[in-house]
Amino acid sequence: MKFGVVMFPGSNCDHDTYHVISKVIGQPVDFIWHRQSSIGDCDAVILPGGFSYGDYLRTGAIARFSPVMGAVKEFASRGGLVMGICNGFQILCEAGLLPGALLRNKNLRFICEHVNMRVEATDTPFTNRCQRGQVLSVPIAHGDGNYFCDQETLRELQRENRIVFRYSREDGVLDDASNPNGSLENIAGICNRERNVLGLMPHPERASEALLGSNDGRIIFYSLADTLAELAKAS
Amino acid sequence: MKAKIYVTLKPSVLDPQGKAIHHAVETIGYSGIDDVRQGKYFEVTLADGVSAVDARATIERMAREVLANPVIEEYRVELDSDS
Repeated sequence: MKFGVVMFPGSNCDHDTYHVISKVIGQPVDFIWHRQSSIGDCDAVILPGGFSYGDYLRTGAIARFSPVMGAVKEFASRGGLVMGICNGFQILCEAGLLPGALLRNKNLRFICEHVNMRVEATDTPFTNRCQRGQVLSVPIAHGDGNYFCDQETLRELQRENRIVFRYSREDGVLDDASNPNGSLENIAGICNRERNVLGLMPHPERASEALLGSNDGRIIFYSLADTLAELAKAS
Repeated sequence: MKAKIYVTLKPSVLDPQGKAIHHAVETIGYSGIDDVRQGKYFEVTLADGVSAVDARATIERMAREVLANPVIEEYRVELDSDS
């Protein structure tokens, strides 16, 4: 079992993610340089947070054309596990691996704070250790996290239970006050139809050690590791 | 030959930046403004010898695939041979 963390020019959460996987979860992990046209022998790929290509044009708009993204798309189409965190989520939307787009925050501010997100779907490789309705305290740090999609796509996400995380109060109640950025229906994370590609704006890798204020985020990495272990056993 | 590409948010997409600008111009005294929508403008210079037909095809494709995100944006292309 091996994780891969993609490094784009401007990624800045690549080392945090690598650290959590290797030191907290205790799993093998490699960096994957954006110029590589293969993801090597990795069994799960993470697109980390940051500001790839300086967010020029639109967030994630240039990174999606990196050679590595061809390999990531191919990997995802074979059922490979792909998770995009923050800028990684933006890149997955731009690349068409997830529907919708992340718009400028409604209040136009860059927001860096702990938020609560409620787990809406546990039947994904990224949340199978969670309880439905479980509330995780995880930080956000973004200027463009306002999730948008058309009404038809939204209905499809709802019908197929693909809204994986929603911003909520600490007690799990959904309201406008706990929606930091104006996202449609408090959406903090979604998955694709096949459920092997996840994107989320909050940063679980920044909340995986109690020393950093919360270790709620590590359950996502543990879920992924469990999934990979089961896949390895089955093959 | 030059191409001009205008990229704007679809009418159905909220534009908080446009709203902030609208609010600001009203605050400093501009009246009669109903709405402000912010967009992007690109000028592309084409290499000598590219035909107008090829230029339009290239720029249209570039606008669709790169400059605009069709999920949230629309675009309009003008070639200076149009005028």
